[in-house]
Amino acid sequence: MSTAAPDDAYTSSTAAFFGGMASSLTSVFFPVMIGTFVGIGALAHGFGFSSWWLAISTVVIWAGPAQVVLISALGSGGAMLDAAIAVSLTGVRLFPMVVSLLPLLRGEGTRTRHLLLPAHFTSVTTWVESLRLLPRLPHGQRIAFCNGLSCGYMTTALVAGFVGFYLAASLPPLLAGALLFVTPLAFLCTTARGARQMMDRLALALGLGLEPVLTYFHVGLDLVWTGIGAGTLAWAVHRVREATR
Amino acid sequence: MNAILNETWPYVVLILVGFLPNEVWRALGLVLARGLNEDSELVVWARAVATAILAGVIAKLILFSSGALAAIPLPVRLAAAVCGFLAFLAVKRSVFVGVAAGEAALLAGGYLFAR
Repeated sequence: MSTAAPDDAYTSSTAAFFGGMASSLTSVFFPVMIGTFVGIGALAHGFGFSSWWLAISTVVIWAGPAQVVLISALGSGGAMLDAAIAVSLTGVRLFPMVVSLLPLLRGEGTRTRHLLLPAHFTSVTTWVESLRLLPRLPHGQRIAFCNGLSCGYMTTALVAGFVGFYLAASLPPLLAGALLFVTPLAFLCTTARGARQMMDRLALALGLGLEPVLTYFHVGLDLVWTGIGAGTLAWAVHRVREATR
Repeated sequence: MNAILNETWPYVVLILVGFLPNEVWRALGLVLARGLNEDSELVVWARAVATAILAGVIAKLILFSSGALAAIPLPVRLAAAVCGFLAFLAVKRSVFVGVAAGEAALLAGGYLFAR
C-alpha cells in the first residue's frame, strides 16, 4: 500500500487540508486505526460506558493507549487517582513527540495559537505520518496538511468506535469475546513493532511479566508500578550496556 | 438533581481523569518545544515507562479479561495471543497478520473449548 505523495505544493491551504485527509485514508495505518478503535468500542461497551462517552473521549484524549487504560481502570472499579496517574504515564510519550513535531510546522509568521490544534492532534500515528510527509511540503501548507491528516484519522476512529460498540452489543458471545481480543493483540503487535531498541523490547517483556504478578497479589496502583518498575529496570539495563560497551 | 449528576458524572470523570492527565504533556511540549533533545535521558526513560505501562495493560486484558472475553478459557486466550505474536514476527512484523492469526486461534479455541 502506498500513500499519496504530496510532491507538489497545493494550490491553497484548503487543498492542503484535504490532501492531508486523503493521505490518511490511503495510509497503511488506516486499517490499523479501524481495528484498534473497533476494539476500543467493544471494550467501552464491555465495561459499561456509553457510545457517546467513548466518542467524546476519542476527541478530547485522542490517544488509544490512554483511552484503553482509562476504560479498563475505571470500568474494573479502580480508584480515580490510580487511573489518572496511569493515564498520565502513558501520555508522557506525547511530550517528546510534540517537541519534535512543532519545529517542522513552524514557519514565518506562525503564532502559538496556530499550533494548538496540531499539538492536540499529536498521537503516535499522526506523528509518524507527519514526520514522514511534512518535509516534502512548503512551510506555509504544513499546518493545514497536518490538521487534515489528523481529522481524517480522527473521523476514522470515531466511526470505528461506534461500529465496535454496536457490534459488541449485538454479536453472539464468542464473536463479542473475539472483538474484545482485538485491542490487546493490536497493541501487542504495534508496541513490538515500535520497539526500536533493546530497551523498548525489554520494557515490553518486563511489563508483560510484572503486571500479572502485581494483580495476582492485589497490589494497588498496579499499572503505575508496572510502568515505573519495569520501565526503570529496562532503562537501567540499557544504561549499563551503553556504559560497558 | 441526582439524575443530572448521574448523567454528567462520567463526563466530569472523563475530563479530570482522562483528558487533563494526558493533555498536560502536549501542553508542556507546546511550551517547551525548543531546547529538548529527543535523545535526552529523561525522554528515553519516559519512553521505557510508557512502553511498560502498555505492556501491563496488554497482560491485564488477556489474563484478567472481563465481559464476553472472560467466557473464553484462559489457556485459549494465552495460546491465541502467543499464536498472534509468533505470526506477527514470522510475517514481516505485520500488525494485520498478527491480529488476524490471533483472532483465528481464539475463535477456533473458543469454539472447541467453550464453557
